[in-house]
Amino acid sequence: MTTIAELPPGFVDKVLSAQSTFRSVMDAMARPGSVQRIVPMAGAPDTMMRGTAAIALTLFDHDTPLWLDARMVESSDLVKWLKFHTGAPVVQDCSIASFALISDGTALPPLDRFALGTSEYPDRSTTVIIQVDSLASGRGFELRGPGIDGVATLQASIKPFDLFERLRINEALFPRGIDVVLVADDAVVAIPRTTRVVSKGS
Amino acid sequence: MNAPAYNFAYLDEQTKRMIRRAILKAIAIPGYQVPFASREMPMPYGWGTGGVQVTAAILGPRDVLKVIDQGSDDTTNAISIRKFFAKTAGVATTTATAEATVIQTRHRIPETALRENQVLVYQVPIPEPLRFLEPRETETRRMHALAEYGLMHVKLYEDIARFGHIATAYAYPVKVNARYVMDPSPTPKFDNPKMDNCPALQLFGAGREKRIYAIPPYTQVVSLDFEDHPFEPYRFNAPCALCGAEDSYLDEIVTDDQGGRMFVCSDTDYCEGRQAAGHHGSLSAAPYREKAGSHG
Repeated sequence: MTTIAELPPGFVDKVLSAQSTFRSVMDAMARPGSVQRIVPMAGAPDTMMRGTAAIALTLFDHDTPLWLDARMVESSDLVKWLKFHTGAPVVQDCSIASFALISDGTALPPLDRFALGTSEYPDRSTTVIIQVDSLASGRGFELRGPGIDGVATLQASIKPFDLFERLRINEALFPRGIDVVLVADDAVVAIPRTTRVVSKGS
Repeated sequence: MNAPAYNFAYLDEQTKRMIRRAILKAIAIPGYQVPFASREMPMPYGWGTGGVQVTAAILGPRDVLKVIDQGSDDTTNAISIRKFFAKTAGVATTTATAEATVIQTRHRIPETALRENQVLVYQVPIPEPLRFLEPRETETRRMHALAEYGLMHVKLYEDIARFGHIATAYAYPVKVNARYVMDPSPTPKFDNPKMDNCPALQLFGAGREKRIYAIPPYTQVVSLDFEDHPFEPYRFNAPCALCGAEDSYLDEIVTDDQGGRMFVCSDTDYCEGRQAAGHHGSLSAAPYREKAGSHG
């Protein structure tokens, strides 16, 4: 049984660390496929990468229902850490979540179970944060869309392997859709719903 | 009495988180207006409370901030906002477009081309381009949901029927990423082409109307028009009286009560930069006298 005093710490400087982390995520969202670094570091509970922890401390609060995948829910320390540092309510129903945290990509639920927004309010959708093996090496992907000057290339090792095929639901749903943030340690890549991805093979 | 203690960049952290989440959704859905819980700011509505909140949410200690009002760095609104952030965030400020990382603007886009590492933050009075055509928010939401923009084309057509050309000169509607019709804020339509495929991120904040929207970098922005009445940017047909520029947006300044007037660059940084580089207006600093009867 971990007491609150034993939980990993949050940011040392809450204000400037959150600002710096946000700018990395904003740049990632504005330039899909570009790899941004998260500089400020916080303590992170098991199964949570330090980039994910920094994003949680930056964007989550009592207004953001949170859905955790099975591996994360099983970690009582992780749930306690999120509750103590962010106050975000953890929900069972992923269709009402503002954010979803995925540590095990192979168990990613079908994307249409998350909130997709409505035609009138497409912003009321789940941002899915997926921890992946690498954003520096692996399969090559070609990305096109707003924020990209022509074509962007991404080398990444991602589970589920068919993530970008699954994300093609965004083409039909737009302006509704799912925005994805990929995290590998301190590296972040965003795939907003406007990005179209084609696999280049290995 | 102790000086009041502010959080970095004035806003509290919970407010910044809320605004930051809205900004991320705005970037993900280009041109769509994200509702946000706009706060009261220590300045009146209409003075850029929306832009100030967006700037406060993104600004960091290493940023260099430029603030312009109608292209000018030295008007009341620009100076007060620049000083506001110099005081509450301690950031470096500049008037040089090329040196800035964050540029907050009221009603202009700088003449100097923007770069990838810059963010342009617009102050927006009325974010809904359809508002004067349809006052009900429920209806304009549905029109955006269905991409039902016929009414806007009718409005532009009525301009042509009445005046022979599209008479809308500012806040000229654009379509972003071939989906949402968006109000570019009351910038002159001269600036519309600069929004298209811009390397910088463009963020829009409307404080009173509680909306944030965005154009990601390298995104298609098309000014609405017709095949037989294509969009045309408008500019007074004169060189700048101070720097001689023939490509910049001009302000008309009345100099006396005899019909004297001069045209000068609206972008003060651009104009000063050109003068420093040795360019001069045809009449130097003397008033440019428009020929009788010529308008254009």
